[in-house]
Amino acid sequence: MKPVYMISGGITKFAKAHPDKDFRMMVKEAYDYALRDVPRFSKDMIAGAVGSYFSDHFTRQLKAASMVQDYLGLCPKPSKRVEGGGATGGLCFQSAWEAVASGRMNCCLAFGFETMSRVNTWKGNEFIALASDTNFDFPVGGFYSGYYAMMVQRHMYEFGTTVEQMAMVSVKNHANALSNPYAQKAKRLTVKQVRESPMVATPLTMEDICTMSDGAAACILASEDVAFKVCDRPVKISGVGSGSDAMRMADRPHGQVLLLPHERESDYTALKYPGVHSFRGGRMAAKLAYEMAGIRNPMEDLSFIELHDAYTSSEIQTYEDLGLCKYGDGGRFVESGTPFMPGVDYGLELPKQGRLPVNPSGGLLACGHPVGATGLMQAVFAFWQLQGTMGKHLGNDTLQVRDAKRGLIHSHAGTGTYITVSILEAV
Amino acid sequence: MEPLIITDHYEIDYRHSYAQDSPFFVGLTEGKLMGSRCTACGYTFATPRAHCMQCGAPTAWLELPLNGRVHTFTTCHYGGEAFLKETPFTLVLVEFDGANTLFLSRLKGISGDAVRVGLPVRAHFTKTPSMKVTDVWFEPA
Repeated sequence: MKPVYMISGGITKFAKAHPDKDFRMMVKEAYDYALRDVPRFSKDMIAGAVGSYFSDHFTRQLKAASMVQDYLGLCPKPSKRVEGGGATGGLCFQSAWEAVASGRMNCCLAFGFETMSRVNTWKGNEFIALASDTNFDFPVGGFYSGYYAMMVQRHMYEFGTTVEQMAMVSVKNHANALSNPYAQKAKRLTVKQVRESPMVATPLTMEDICTMSDGAAACILASEDVAFKVCDRPVKISGVGSGSDAMRMADRPHGQVLLLPHERESDYTALKYPGVHSFRGGRMAAKLAYEMAGIRNPMEDLSFIELHDAYTSSEIQTYEDLGLCKYGDGGRFVESGTPFMPGVDYGLELPKQGRLPVNPSGGLLACGHPVGATGLMQAVFAFWQLQGTMGKHLGNDTLQVRDAKRGLIHSHAGTGTYITVSILEAV
Repeated sequence: MEPLIITDHYEIDYRHSYAQDSPFFVGLTEGKLMGSRCTACGYTFATPRAHCMQCGAPTAWLELPLNGRVHTFTTCHYGGEAFLKETPFTLVLVEFDGANTLFLSRLKGISGDAVRVGLPVRAHFTKTPSMKVTDVWFEPA
């Protein structure tokens, strides 16, 4: 495999609705931003593109990625669409990586979007729930927040995780986003406010759950030759991994933990895994990405993480899948302050504040979740972090992780059915 | 210029076959909860499938006990548009003795606040089947 670099990225502001721009125009905006950031690069160097959007129901335009391809002036170059639920953006990023790593393309564009404002929130929830088994799951009350609520109820039962620990994730990510002008829903919250917001599916409240959004993102990936010719600070994509699990949560096995390099079988003698409390596909994705990138211990080897926090609960569950702490310790991990940004006031006592920032951007909870763009948005923020250019792109450097060497991005589909982990490194 | 926004209606009836899962739905009309068991490795599915997820061999139909326990639960105060009018409703994953996997259903006859992991529950069946998985639900045993 050939080394692959990210050389530029762009995103639109994520918003409840962008009625003034259709999906083509939104992608164009993100793409033009990315092109402007590498002046020595020209669009003629792009050998092909991979487009991502989740739902034909939201778009109601089949083959929408073809319309983006022609709008960007990239015809007749190779093009395809990638779809994998909430992980659509992460899968798109890895598909573009594959095109360059294989030597098929010297430079590949990854673009993604979603236009969720076209239906009301509850119809949108119904569309999303169609990504659950329509024979056995959807008719019972198809609602993803309900599915994740059941997963965290079991996590609470197994490990003693609390709703206050989950609320701390919400406080963190919404407060981080106060310094991110691209974010949809930045705000200062307290644990009490999170708990007192309307109950959606016990124990998850409105402030435990991300919103629906319109938005787009674009990433340009290139070979070593192209990257160092056109970009002052390319970022290497040093590891990719992905995993999967059964669509129906009811079918998840109760077996043995899939171990990471720094873990031992004796760490988990009594745990039935993954059950419905953990995401086996996320563990698989991390294991494969760590192996490729040579990561032995993620807590020591990573500078920051952008992970798929569609729910506060799934951020806690994902700390464990990624091996930042042992299974069951996710709640205490957030309580310790480890995943908070250093130097930001959250109004909380955080003994280990900022040891490994998670979702410095504000994550899905605060940035929003235009599904096909989300995984690429994470890549763009990680790219800027590793370039040290957060200040330039966000207009302030509050969220710049100092001396960021290596970042992890994590994209996740419906209750953990597809999950991707990619590792990016400063060079 | 302000963007011009119109409403565009869309509606369709699908012809949906339960195909190899059909015996489960017919079972509900007879007051039976049908699971399946692998003919090679014996892995037992409380939500049936025609082939084993572990080893790939065919499974055989198997009548599950009507009594089980709550494995996990939630009460939904919002939902997808199709289910909004039914809120609040409680969802449970049910575990059964002798089955390796779980079954998703509604729990009725108890307040959401009173539900606990491990609560014994029993299957109930509608007298007027709609040939959907909601023809069965659970209540405290």
